[in-house]
Parts: sequence; C-alpha cells; structure tokens
Amino acid sequence: MKGQTRPPVTQETLLTKVAFNVNGKGQELQLDPRTTLLDALREHLHLTGSKKGCDHGQCGACTVIVEGRRINSCLTLAVMQQGARITTIEGLGTPDKLHAMQAAFVKCDGYQCGYCTPGQICSAVAMLDEIKAGVPSHVTADLRAQPQLTAAELRERMSGNLCRCGAYSNMAEAITEVGRTA
Amino acid sequence: MKFDTPATTNPIDQLKVVGQPVDRIEGPLKTTGTARYAYERHDVAPNAAYGCVVGSAIAKGRIVAISLDAAKAARGVLAIVTAENAGKLGKGDLNTAKLLGGPEIQHYHQAIALVVAETFEQARAAAQLVQVKYERSAGAFDLAAVKDTGTKPKPGFGGPPDTAVGDFAGAFASAAVQFDATYTTPDQSHAMMEPHASTAKWDGDKLTVWTSNQMIAWSVGDMAKTLGIPKENVRLVSPYIGGGFGGKLFVRADVVLAALGARAAKRPVKVALQRPLIINNTTHRPATIQRIRLGAAKDGKISAIAHESWSGDLPEGSPETAVSQTRALYAGDHRMTAMRLVVLDLPEGNAMRAPGEASGMMALEIAMDEMAEKLGLDPIEFRIRNDTQVVPDNPAPPPGGSDPESKAKDEKAEKHNPHPPFSQRRLTECFRTGAERFGWSQRNAAPGKTRDGKWLVGTGVAAAFRNNLVMKSGARVRLDKHGTVTVETDMTDIGTGSYTIIAQTAAEMMGVPLNKVVVRLGDSNFPVSAGSGGQWGGNSSASGVYAACVKLREAVTQKLGFNAADVQFADGQVKSGGRTAPLAQAAGEGGLAAEDTIEFEGLDKKYQQSTFGAHFVEVGVHALTGEVRVRRMLAVCAAGRILNPKTARSQVIGAMTMGVGAALMEELAVDKRHGFFVNHDLAGYEVPVHADIPHQDVVFLDETDPISSPLKAKGVGELGICGIAAAVANAIYHATGVRVRDYPVTLDKLLDGLPSAG
Amino acid sequence: MKAFTFERARTPAEAAAAAARTPGSRFIAGGTNLLDLMKLEIETPTHLIDVNGLGLDQIEPTPEGGLRIGALVRNTDLAADERVRRDYGVLSRALVAGASGQLRNMATTAGNLLQRTRCPYFYDTNQPCNKRAPGSGCGAIGGFSRQHAVIGVSEACIATHPSDMAVALRVLDAIVETIRPDGSTRKIAIADFHRLPGDQPQIETVLEAGELITAVTLPKPVGGAHIYYKVRDRASYAFALVSVAAIVQRDGTGRVALGGVAHKPWRVEAAEAEMPRGAQAVAGRLLAGAKPTEENAFKLKLVERAIGAALAEAKEAQP
Repeated sequence: MKGQTRPPVTQETLLTKVAFNVNGKGQELQLDPRTTLLDALREHLHLTGSKKGCDHGQCGACTVIVEGRRINSCLTLAVMQQGARITTIEGLGTPDKLHAMQAAFVKCDGYQCGYCTPGQICSAVAMLDEIKAGVPSHVTADLRAQPQLTAAELRERMSGNLCRCGAYSNMAEAITEVGRTA
Repeated sequence: MKFDTPATTNPIDQLKVVGQPVDRIEGPLKTTGTARYAYERHDVAPNAAYGCVVGSAIAKGRIVAISLDAAKAARGVLAIVTAENAGKLGKGDLNTAKLLGGPEIQHYHQAIALVVAETFEQARAAAQLVQVKYERSAGAFDLAAVKDTGTKPKPGFGGPPDTAVGDFAGAFASAAVQFDATYTTPDQSHAMMEPHASTAKWDGDKLTVWTSNQMIAWSVGDMAKTLGIPKENVRLVSPYIGGGFGGKLFVRADVVLAALGARAAKRPVKVALQRPLIINNTTHRPATIQRIRLGAAKDGKISAIAHESWSGDLPEGSPETAVSQTRALYAGDHRMTAMRLVVLDLPEGNAMRAPGEASGMMALEIAMDEMAEKLGLDPIEFRIRNDTQVVPDNPAPPPGGSDPESKAKDEKAEKHNPHPPFSQRRLTECFRTGAERFGWSQRNAAPGKTRDGKWLVGTGVAAAFRNNLVMKSGARVRLDKHGTVTVETDMTDIGTGSYTIIAQTAAEMMGVPLNKVVVRLGDSNFPVSAGSGGQWGGNSSASGVYAACVKLREAVTQKLGFNAADVQFADGQVKSGGRTAPLAQAAGEGGLAAEDTIEFEGLDKKYQQSTFGAHFVEVGVHALTGEVRVRRMLAVCAAGRILNPKTARSQVIGAMTMGVGAALMEELAVDKRHGFFVNHDLAGYEVPVHADIPHQDVVFLDETDPISSPLKAKGVGELGICGIAAAVANAIYHATGVRVRDYPVTLDKLLDGLPSAG
Repeated sequence: MKAFTFERARTPAEAAAAAARTPGSRFIAGGTNLLDLMKLEIETPTHLIDVNGLGLDQIEPTPEGGLRIGALVRNTDLAADERVRRDYGVLSRALVAGASGQLRNMATTAGNLLQRTRCPYFYDTNQPCNKRAPGSGCGAIGGFSRQHAVIGVSEACIATHPSDMAVALRVLDAIVETIRPDGSTRKIAIADFHRLPGDQPQIETVLEAGELITAVTLPKPVGGAHIYYKVRDRASYAFALVSVAAIVQRDGTGRVALGGVAHKPWRVEAAEAEMPRGAQAVAGRLLAGAKPTEENAFKLKLVERAIGAALAEAKEAQP
C-alpha cells in the first residue's frame, strides 16, 4: 500500500498504529498521533476528495461518514477512529458510476468551484438518514413528530456546509429530488 | 482575430450547443472528489514536503530579531525561509505589500517565515517555535478617523478620481427635492472555500507551480518578477480553483513561499495558507464611506447627482472605485463623482467580486429608494423615469496609456465621446418583467404595515449594473483522427463554468457533440487568455476559442479541398456543395491544429457595454428581535446572449447569495488599536449558510449584443452581486420603517425602531 | 500542535487515574473544541486520554423519575432521545440550535459543558488574553466586543460561555456527576459548575485536576412549555448573540436562563418571580448590574425582546 510508507518512520518519531475501514477497504496506518482523520485520508491514503477548507470545524468541506454518521474529519484524530467504518466521497460513486446524490448535484448544478461539493454530498446523504431516523432539527415544529424533508428542514440541516459560490438554492433542489425518491 | 465591427451571423447563431442548459462537463469529477486541486497533486509531486506560514504578530513596525534555532531543531524540519535568507526578492506588479515581510512589517499576518518539514504536523508545530521580537510603529487603522487625509488616487480601472458634468452645486441647490446622505460599507473577505494553496517543484532553474489562481499569465509574470527569474522558467498550472472571487487574481504568499521553500529544501513543497491567517494575510474588499446627493424636480427627474467615496489602502495601494456606476446608471444633467484614498495600515485592499460596483451600488441603490420615497414615487417608477440610453458622464481616458500596446490603441481610437450610447440597455424591461413576476403591484408602499404573524414583511428592489469588460484572449484547438476536438487555453474555471461554455463554443463551431470536445485549462503552456476576473472571462475566453475554431475550420476546409463559401460543420461531418466528409478524415493521422487570439478593438470605446438587471427581494423581520430572514429573491438580467443558462443562472444566484451576506452579516471587524481584522476565520467572519438563502429565481431577458463579441454574449458573473444588498436593505426598511445606512444591516441596528415589546 | 502521547482508557477510574499520573494530560472525547484549540496551540496537552471507550453513552431513567445522561452521549443522540424530546424539550431544542449536524454527531454531553469561549482574542495567540495567558491583559476590553458578555464580567475578562446545551441544563437544574483520580465521586449542581471570570478567567469550572465528568442527571420533569430562543447573526451554524432557555407553566410562572451574555449560563432565580409580569420585568431583574461595552449594549434590549419572543412562543406551545 503506497500511502503507508509516508511519512518516513524516523527513530525520533513516535508513531501510533491505527486500523480502520475506508470505503470498504481495510487500512492500517502508522501515524503521528497528531494526524487528523482528514489528513490521514488526504495525505496518507491520497483520498483527496475530502477537502480542507478551514481545518477548524467551521466550513464542513471535510465531511465524511463514519459509522453512518456525518462528521467533520478535521476535528477528530485518526487514532481515535480505531476500527471505524468510514465512507468518503470516493466511496459513494465514481465519475462513471455516480451515486444518486452526485448525479443530482450535476443535474441541478448544485456546485460551482467544486471545493465544498464532496462535503456537501456526504453531508446530504447522511442528513437524509438523520431525518428518517427521526432526529429533530432547529426548525422542527413538533419535537415529538417524525420530521419531514421540507425546504426549511433541509436548509437548516445542511447549514454546517458552507458554499461561498452560493449554490445553495440548486443544492436544495438536488437533495430534495434524491430525498423524494429514496 | 480582430473584433472591431459588430458581429454578424456566424456558426454560433445555430445555438445547437451554445445557449443550451447543459451540465458542467467537469461535474462528474467535482462531485466524486476526483478533480485535483492545488494541494492535492500527489500525482505530479509525490514527494512534496509541507510548508507552514508564520504570520506577523504586529500590523506595522519591524522585526528586531528572529530566532530560528528552536524551529530548526524541531523534528522533521527541512528548511526555514525568511526574508533574511531568501535572497533578493522583487514585488509583483499586482501586489501592494510584500509577500514575504521582514524586517519591515506592512500589515498584520504578513508572512515572515515558511517552515518546511517532512510532515504537515511537524511543519505546523515547528512554525510555532519561530521566535520573533518586534518593534511596533504607530499606524492608521480607522478609515472614518483619517477620512479627511484622503488624496486623489491615480486613475485606474475605475476611471479618474474626479469627474464633473454641468454644474452640480448650482443644480443641487436649486432642485425642488434634495437628498443628501452618507453610507458606509465594511471591509469584506472573499472567504473562498479553498485556501490559497500551491505545490512547487524545481527542475534545475525551471519552476513548476500547481496553484489556485484566476489569472495565469499575470501570475507567471509576477512570480518571475518576485523570484527574479525569467518568465520562461516559470510554469503555472491551475486547472481547478476552489473559489477566488478576486482573492486569487494575484500571486500570494502561498505560491511564492512554496517556490522558495522548495528551493531551500531541494524537493517539492506544498503550502496552504492556514484559514485563520487568510483574512489578514491576503486581500479584502476595502471599506467605504460614501456620500450621495440627489436633486430632482417634483416629477422625479434627477437634475443633480453626486457620489463621493472614501476608502483606504496601504501606501501605493488603490481605491475601492465605488462611484464608477454612478457616471452611467441614471440620467441627470449636472453631476459629479469623486474618489479619495487614505493610507491605512490594514491588510491590502483589492478586488473582490464586482470591485467598485458591488460597494457603490450598496449605497446608490439605497439612496434611490430613499429619494423615491421623498418624491412620493414608487421606487421602480423613479428609476425608470431616470433611465438613459447614453452615458451621462463618460470621462476621457487619461492621456497616453502606460504600456505601448494601449498607447497604440489610443492612437487608433476615435475622438472621445462624452455621451456614448449603450450597446444594449434594457434596464426598464428588467424592472417591468420583474415587477410582473414578483407581484410588485400588490405591494403596500407604506413601510412597516405588512405583517405575517410575528414577522414584519417587506419587499425591496434595486437595479443591478456592472460594466462588461472585454479582454484579449487566445486559444489553441486541435482536431485528431477520431474527430475529437481538444481546446487548450490558460483560461481558468473558478466555478464560473468556463470548461463547459468553452466546450460548447468549440462543439458549435466544429459541428461535433459535446462529448467529442476535450477542454484543458489553466496551464501557462497554453495560449494566454483573458483569465477569470471582472466578469470578462466567459465572453472573452469563449470568443478566443471561437477565433481559434474559425482558423481550424479554414484548415479543415482547405485540407478537404472544400469551398469555404458554403462549407458547413454539423454532426461530425463537413459539407460543401454536394460533398460530405467526416471531420475526422480531415484531421488525418497527424491531426490538425489552429491557434488564434481574439482582440477587441474600438467597439468597447465607441459604445458603453454594460450588463443590467433588477433585483426583487422579500424579507421577514422578527417584530421583537429584529432577526431578518430573506423569503423570496428574484433577479431579472439583461446580459447579452446567455451561453449556458444553467451555469449562468448559477453565477447569478451565487452572486445574490454573496450579496445577502453583504447585506446582513459580512463585516471584517477592525481592531482600531492594533490594526487587524479580529474575526479572521470562518466562525468569526460569517457568510450565508443554507438556512439564510431561500429559493432563488433568475430570469434572463432574451438578448444578443453584437457589439460585445462574436458570441454576442457579455459577462454575467458579477452582475448578480451589484445592487442585491441594497434590495435587501430596502426590503428591511419597507418591513420595519427603519432605515439603516451602515452595512451590514444587523439586528442591533433595527432594535430601537421596532414595535415595542409589550 | 505540540506533540503528545496517546492512550485509550477503558474505565472512568482508569481514565481519572491516568490523568493524575500524567501532568499536562487532557481527556479527549468528541474533540471538536480541544483539537481546534490544539491546532492553534491554545491547548497544549502532552498526553491525550481517549475516553470514548468508557461506555458512558447511555441515557437511563433515575429512581427519582429523572434521566441520567452518560458523559459521552453525543449531542445528536441526546437531542433525539424520545424521553428528552417529551419531557425536556428545552434541552433538545438547545442542542439542535447549536453548531451543525456534523459537530453534534461528534460532540459529547461532557465536552459541550467544557467548551471554551469563542472570544476572538482568546483564539489569536498574538493578542493579550488573561484566559489564555494569565496576566497578559484582555484584548476584548476596548476592542471588538460585540459578541461579548454584558453581566458578571470582570476587569480581566468579558468572554462568554458558548454552549447552548448548558443554558438548557441550567434551567433544568441538572447535576454534573464526576469521578476524581482517587476514585471518589461527586455531584455538582450546574449552577455551581461554571465560574465567573473574576481575576482568574483561566479557571472556568470547579473541576479539579484529573476530575472526569461521568454523567449529567436531570431531575424529574417539571412539565410546562419548553422553549429555546436563540438569536444570532445568521440563521444557523453560529454562536448566540443572546439565547433564552425557558420553561413556562400554564399560569405564566416558570424558569428562564440566558446564553450569550455571561461567562456561564446566566440564571437569577429571583427574576423568575417576575415572569407573569412579562419580559421587561424579567430582563430587568436578570440583567441588574449589567456592564456592557459600547459595542454590545444592544444585548440588554435584545435579551428583553428575546425573552418576549420566548414567552410568546411558550403561550402558543402550552401543552
């Protein structure tokens, strides 16, 4: 495995072993414990689809799905993800075989520069599951009722993913389309 | 190809591919995370070391001592670059402050060192070990406080510092209705999602940088100048750019330091500016203070109009040209504009999406709303009454351009016309169309009278106006034996849709389906294009591709021995007279290639080329707390031929979104004691989130502008941000009766005027 | 980020003991705030104790009819818990008003309580900050202070506590349960958990070195309408300018606590007697002695209005 050889193991470097599953494939890495999950993916496994926009949990570009839940991969250490099942944008679909959410983003032009896009898509996929699971949001009127995929719910729940190009309105259409048929 | 006479019928007019709402051709790459951005080039620089930038802790002064010992001794450190050890560095033509500071410090977070290490974690930790002793000097950080020290800036993109037509003072004094108000706009940040990032690699004395940059040729020049090496030795590659908005028009610290770091470490180095550093390290849209005076007759005809603007920048910097649209947008016989520039020791001010107009329209379009109310006129009607089909104030260009090329053009240019006609101007139609669709006639003109439960509801309008600039742009087009057309140009796609409209242009011209076109962008090995800025990119670069395709068509025609007069390119075939041949056949084994550059001459002087629109906004303002929610948004735009309605619409909604940010939340908070932007990350500098933006409607008027380019298109990337913030502010006024003239319109500015809590 | 060593703890007692054994150590759970601060070297632990494996992720009923929330219960799970939604709506509401979906999936109950301020001067290591570097001064006083505290402030610090959840816990009279390195446990009333800045703003809670939060318990439900009204500059994913947690009974009596105004969730029980008289009276008592800056004086009015909005919502929402 190509990524495992970097960074080089020097005598002074205290490396910690971690194993997890990324997109269905087991990965075992020796990492500087300071390595975030995001940097492990991007710099060690060369899965650069997850983006670093802020590295401080302020933009959502690094969103990946861990154990079925979306998280900011910049704010967790790789060594904290021992045994975890991780899905990144590369695990959802490929250019030749797009995931339904990826296809809907293309169709609805739910992106411009493309940098926030993988995070938006991972977030949207997991967000639809959160609604199904009955997780309430800030705009859920009745806390005890099953939340619905309304425009307001979708926009509130996606608010942890910034898009400076301002493709929000189109993303809402893409996500609604997928949510309705899912 | 010279473009100096209005376009006539050409193959683009077939509109088989151009003008169609096709999906972005790079969409599958972007949505799967397989488009590679500047920091992700494991493919070409697999051994890159990591650089971390150290920013200055003071705004102004000098470094007294810098100690690198601890950092050098840290694990994994390969090299440290500072001004002391970097060798002699120049400064790019387009940079105001130095990109590597020291010993003199010009602004907060100016880069003063790059620490290069084996890993990112090591570089970041070691950067903290660089010890710096500073000596602070006093600086000017408060625009309002030093406003009166303003001087006349050099004439630049925004025209001369002063213009005057007729007798403003006299006309204003004698106007039946007068209006005089001052507005402020704050410093704003581009806050693009991808940090400024670069990977640099040297092969001997040849440098390659994979970077995130809007303007390849400008930046090759400035890299060469900064590093003191020949341009020929610099290759700059920027195929994907995670947003720029003007913040990546220039070479910035990431790319210069990556190059210096790679030289010092003797291996490829990559650098991404840390997010908390970006806001003070890079450029921003400067704050303005704008005074607007309007004088009108009782019937609403403007007789006197004045717009003055003050902004600040570092020494040798430039102004925010906030008055430029006021010379062209509304009629009025007596008028003046003025810009003054003060020296501020804040970070460098520079272009951000629609520089000039975005800020200027924020003020002007509130003023128009206020004046309409004073006149007792509907704000749309007031604007329509002051429509003009010629430019009321067209200042003569400064004598003699600075570069030989523009001098040569000046000599050819016809006598200066003080009132040139607009090539197209359908502002009134934008308003009328929008009013109809938005239901404007249902509006109760009185402010603070419409309520929906706890929400005060208001609607507002504003004009959108942005000049259409055209820039020389080149491309190379190749045809291979499979009939595939490959376009190469150093044009960039910053999310604007360049890949797609260029592919559409080539497909239309060569008569092939879109999937037979390959577009390669953002590489300085390709012909020099217009680049992405000032909303000139789409129209100019696609015109460059058109020019190259015209040449390729000629080559194909000649090769096949067809008659140029009746040749047709369609469905992968070339037809002439009774003969038909596959396009691929013309290419033969060796293929065919053609290169050309479109050069715009004369028409942009003879005619004023501008884009127009009308913004309609409905807001709800919480009657108790003053929280604002935008409920409806509509923009009607007239911007020439729309090359791709899908991507063009995205440009407009994106600009509208950024305008909502400008209206409601975006403000770089200045610490006026220490001279820096305090809220320098994405938590502190709030930009709109999903929940802030409702469904957005965009209508493009059916228009072609043969004066603008062979494609009859215009720019549309910045039009949408011009006026939108004022439309939001006007809607808030209509909802609440509270007029806020200082952006952003945050709830604290509304509280005192809201209905009492009881 | 400074280098550190890393271990995974298996029991709460083991975690607390490890912390006591290793000076400079910190517990890490969600990591959303600690890692953020470590990257900037505002936090510089030399040893991290991963407590995610402690099994403290259950929500259980208490014998008193309340709920015991494990320290590691994620914000999303707590907000979505059926019992919380039914009986402690204000907590559910506060949680979903905070951060983003992604962050709520990571952030834990204990970690949320221990969030540090978002004051930009605290976050910028070039600037003076008595909380980050005791004795260096306060950059926010006389600087950009729009977001800052208006009450309970000191000459040393005007930072706010950023948590929404803690404001709801305050109005619910929650109890924080901890274990100390010596294995002893204690219960701390939420009212006593967070400190005012005084002249030691670096000390934010009453936790002792190595003391680990194991759970937060809620007393038995008190009924009423549960409202969390949060006011911010954008519609979502932003810290509060002001927030109001309120539990309002049918007769207009109830409880109210504020976020965004002080170094801790702000509740003055005496002010609650004013609730039937309305927002102005309540706000007046809650904010008696307030010392706002010029930039954040608007918060006084905003508090009154936000309480008004909360009370109006409560009226509509009466069960």
